[in-house]
Amino acid sequence: MAECHPVGYQWVMEARARGAKVFHVDPRFSRTSATVDRYLAIRAGTDIVLLGALINYVLSNGLDFREYVLAYTNAATLVNGDFRDTEDLDGLFSGFDEETGRYDPSTWAYEGDVPEEEEPVEGGGHHAEAAGSDSYGARGAGASASPPSDPTLTDPRCVYQILKRHYSRYTPEMVEELCGIPPERFHELAEAVTANSGRERTTAWVYSVGWTQHSVGVQYIRAAAILQLLLGNMGRPGGGIMALRGHASIQGSTDIPTLFNLLPGYIAMPHAHRHDGLDHYLEQEGADTGWWGNRRAYVVSLLKAWWGDAATEDNDYRFDYLPRLTGDHGHYATVMGQIDGTVKGYFVVGENPAVGSANGKAQRLGLANLDWLVVRDLMLVETATFWKDAPEIETGELRTGEIGTEVFFLPAASHVEKEGTFTNTQRLLQWREKALDPPDDCRSDLWFYYHLGKRIRQRLGDDEIDRPVTELTWDYPEIGAQRDPDAAAVLREINGTAADGRPLASLRELKPDGSTSCGCWIYCGVYADGVNMAARRTPHTEQGPVALEWGWAWPANRRILYNRASADPQGRPWSERKKYVYWDGTKWTGPDVPDFEEDKAPDYRPQEGARAQDALAGTDPFIMQSDGRGWLFVPSGLADGPLPTHYEPHESPVRNALYGQQANPARRTIDRPENPYNPALSPRFPYVYTTSRLTEHHTTGAMSRPLPYLAELQPEAFCEVSREMAEEIGLENGDWATIVTARAAIELRVLVTGRVRPLRLNGKVVHQIVMPYHWGYSSGGVVTGDVVNDLPSIVLDPNVYIQESKAGTCDVLPGRRPRGRALLDLIERYRDG
Amino acid sequence: MGGGWLSRWPVIRQLKGEDGRGRAARSARTDALRPRVEDADTVARSVCPYCAVGCGQLVYVKDGKVTQIEGDPGSPISRGRLCPKGAASKQLVTHPGRQTKVLYRRPYGTEWEPLDLETAMDMIADRVVRTRRETWQQTHEGHEVRRTLGIAGLGGATLDNEENYLMKKLYTALGAIQVENQARI
Amino acid sequence: MAEQRMGFFTDTTVCIGCKACEVACKEWNDVPDDGFVFRATSYDNTGALGASTWRHVAFVEQDGRWLMSSDVCKHCTNAACLDVCPTGALFRTEFDTVVVQADVCNGCGYCVPACPYGVIDRREDDGRAWKCTLCYDRLRGGMEPACAKACPTKSIQFGPLDELRERAAKRVERLHAEGTTQARLYGANPDDGVGGTGAFFLLLDEPETYGLPPDPVVTTRDLPAMWRWAGGAALALAAGVAACFAGRKP
Repeated sequence: MAECHPVGYQWVMEARARGAKVFHVDPRFSRTSATVDRYLAIRAGTDIVLLGALINYVLSNGLDFREYVLAYTNAATLVNGDFRDTEDLDGLFSGFDEETGRYDPSTWAYEGDVPEEEEPVEGGGHHAEAAGSDSYGARGAGASASPPSDPTLTDPRCVYQILKRHYSRYTPEMVEELCGIPPERFHELAEAVTANSGRERTTAWVYSVGWTQHSVGVQYIRAAAILQLLLGNMGRPGGGIMALRGHASIQGSTDIPTLFNLLPGYIAMPHAHRHDGLDHYLEQEGADTGWWGNRRAYVVSLLKAWWGDAATEDNDYRFDYLPRLTGDHGHYATVMGQIDGTVKGYFVVGENPAVGSANGKAQRLGLANLDWLVVRDLMLVETATFWKDAPEIETGELRTGEIGTEVFFLPAASHVEKEGTFTNTQRLLQWREKALDPPDDCRSDLWFYYHLGKRIRQRLGDDEIDRPVTELTWDYPEIGAQRDPDAAAVLREINGTAADGRPLASLRELKPDGSTSCGCWIYCGVYADGVNMAARRTPHTEQGPVALEWGWAWPANRRILYNRASADPQGRPWSERKKYVYWDGTKWTGPDVPDFEEDKAPDYRPQEGARAQDALAGTDPFIMQSDGRGWLFVPSGLADGPLPTHYEPHESPVRNALYGQQANPARRTIDRPENPYNPALSPRFPYVYTTSRLTEHHTTGAMSRPLPYLAELQPEAFCEVSREMAEEIGLENGDWATIVTARAAIELRVLVTGRVRPLRLNGKVVHQIVMPYHWGYSSGGVVTGDVVNDLPSIVLDPNVYIQESKAGTCDVLPGRRPRGRALLDLIERYRDG
Repeated sequence: MGGGWLSRWPVIRQLKGEDGRGRAARSARTDALRPRVEDADTVARSVCPYCAVGCGQLVYVKDGKVTQIEGDPGSPISRGRLCPKGAASKQLVTHPGRQTKVLYRRPYGTEWEPLDLETAMDMIADRVVRTRRETWQQTHEGHEVRRTLGIAGLGGATLDNEENYLMKKLYTALGAIQVENQARI
Repeated sequence: MAEQRMGFFTDTTVCIGCKACEVACKEWNDVPDDGFVFRATSYDNTGALGASTWRHVAFVEQDGRWLMSSDVCKHCTNAACLDVCPTGALFRTEFDTVVVQADVCNGCGYCVPACPYGVIDRREDDGRAWKCTLCYDRLRGGMEPACAKACPTKSIQFGPLDELRERAAKRVERLHAEGTTQARLYGANPDDGVGGTGAFFLLLDEPETYGLPPDPVVTTRDLPAMWRWAGGAALALAAGVAACFAGRKP
């Protein structure tokens, strides 16, 4: 956090000064490690072992926050008797199909729940098909509001007992054997976490892509969620699980997604096989209880925002204008489509996959096989210049004169040359004022897409396939000489309007009958009463610490989600010290916006057949879930199991000591010549690598390498190795090393440091190498270097299709890499053994 | 001591000056020094474009140029502070390596060529319309899909919400489903 | 001096080594880059303070500990650079800080060896001497220096020197009470060889560890006497110059 979010880290430093104890768990000793109470070096790719051992520690010592757990989680819920745990099946859950590598999740359901209807789609269970869990998780898929339960937590089929058994072998000894963390260090952590949880205290977990970029990434976060729920640390001040996101509006980019599987507000894109029409789609997509029970209002309002008067009840509000998914259409599938020639045209906007995505060579081969490519950026990023300076030109694999890709480079406006909102890592929307016009041909992406849309519409006729475009609402006021579309008008459309054109004040006003329109239901209220709430700037010195009058957080300007859980079931603060949102006898109140219906009393109990939020009791804080509970066990929605389970990374030098199952059985591999894998446990690739970032640079360097003030601070690509590893290989500090995987060999400067230590896993020594990935070959940067992301393979988490770039294996050689054909020979020797 | 060069010799001036080595040594330029932000024509309230902490920035503009970007002390998130990247924001928007003109590389071309922005926009629109028609899928395995797999997009996560919104809206209307973002990567 | 003496207190115990100070300084003062050299010395690639690096973050890797510290011109009470400057380019401001006037400096370089900390330095291209001005222009407008404003953890604190010294003493006391017995102040003592510094530091190890001289002494300590001798020997000018020095407390 000090390394990549230094200004956010001021609050950690401040908490520490006030007595908070801070641990840092990371394969790499970073600037964060230097400034905490205790740093724990961990082998990359083993965090579920550590988190699982903490869960086990809590459960076996009876340290869970029992009142919270009983009232607010599904600990007591009974699970289907046919469910089999990984303890029974040596690392598999029930329902696994060896042939397809997919799970049928029907046995994971709650007792009494009818398993979901099997759909006739390729590969069986549909959950893994469309990165569905990205939305399933949010909309609390398929579980009943009040399933059978055992409040004594003794029934072997209740979640609590299943959990206990599942993690029983996640011991301090196992942590030492797999993570390389000594038992005394584990105990120190476990004691601190549990001592700082409960009525009087809370513990927060903070993570970043070190937890997500794994073939079992979603389950890392799930593991933290289980721990935090058991300790009562969700929905309370000083608690939670904080995703530190690495880009200014990466949160916004999922809220209003440019993601294949989602529509704005985590609404699932329709699937060709699963959905026939709007009604069928709404029936299939989630539960009727909890706030997702209102999804018709959200979806219809979105369709009204997009197709306006053309969207009527008679035509399903133009639901059929939405294109249909049939499987994984994610980034890596798209790249394979490029290599195969099915993807002809590609827009890359403020992104640099030639350097930033796993297996950079596959990315560049894809780019080289397009008909046309549009790149919009501040500088000539490698994705724009690959045809003249990609590494494949040097090796002879590509020749500039033989690359048929037509490339348009369009310069972008910077953040000060356009207005609009970013959504930060805390869901806070902040409006940026425009300081000045962009220079020359530079334009905002808003300008580009708006004017491109206008031009496309002019070129379309009256064909049936053109109507979704010609009927699209696309009339935004144009401002100034450059004819910028009015970003505030777009934000107003996102916020939504009533039938009379009045801006909506709250998502509760959204109607399922087509009388309201709203571009993103979770953002409804950002333009309440016609006021741009994201532009509010009451200084922190003039308001309380929750600072509700600075910007606007979705939903409804709430700063802590699920904050009903900050009070006990009766609505009283758990303690005076941790008082936040509470029931004052007539309403919920506190310094934040309550994440609950203001007048729903703690003793409210739903009537039979109640729908949406009315189906949740006054004691159910997790209002997006169908049962209002925090899910320790996830009965549906995940592709790789209801409980987080340790699997080794796809490429690992270590055998999975917990199960016969080595890696995530449901992980997605791409078995193609462009994407060869290092064999697991291969002596050819004995070292563990992880990739990282530095304070001085940003992602692929497009916003830092061209800047002399940043480039001089970290001018060359380097790797960090321990003294012991340097000695073993013969690496010299300041000299060069060549890093080899089955995909690539790259050269980096060597930084030998005592900060990196060999890990001792029960006698076996494992060396890790750490590589910041900010460099690339384009001379658009003041400094250049080899592309670290050429090393990782494409192997994906089955839920969200994120790549495993934070843990892999490699070999390391002293000196610079060979050039030209000799480089390919080196890689081939490794690949073919 | 009268006038002449000796009295202006700084060491003399400094040592005899009523305030020691201070006031007497000051040049006219020094006397006129003020923080340049005082002269700004406008100050825009902005947000740092790097990580997702969302630090407040104040952007000072004078004569159509950014003269300074620094932290917004009012922000409850950042309290006026910035990291090295945030502190380098002025260089981000003003550095000479920034590409400000459209460039075009024709198929099999070996060099960039200049291209007019309007022409580029027309050419891109032509290609979208053509590729969409050529790759249109009305059905797939017997199901209506109404889409094209011929056009894809990948966005960075420094896009504004409003930009992402128009992108998703336009792509979806066009039937382009392979719309992705750094957020997955 | 009309104003209070202003200075920096750099508390290295909360420094996270982010280098925001280096960049904020350069952005405000328009300092050029200092070259692009990978030094393989921890995360330090700017090396030392110099004409084009006015804030410099040192990274010290020790067993189990990674010390970081942002160094800067000390703005000495007795500033040798200022004493030897023959052009009056260096002067003491109303904030009791020491500043080079670029429009006066003739690049003679006398100040460079005079500095006991090796701070001030000449820029190769224009030959003039450059160093931290404690953002003199900002101070004149009531603003704090760019580095202190940017510093994410307030490792760099700006303020009236008296207040800073008091705050620093309390901080050391607290650290000692918490068991961090290595904590010590550097430059806060008015009786040291430079009469104390306007920019002082809280360190966790010996000054040498951070690349700081352990016992800096103003190189011009004996200068007044030397000048007096020289003045006596130079007949025509002697009276005036000697009078000047005589009128001044050593």
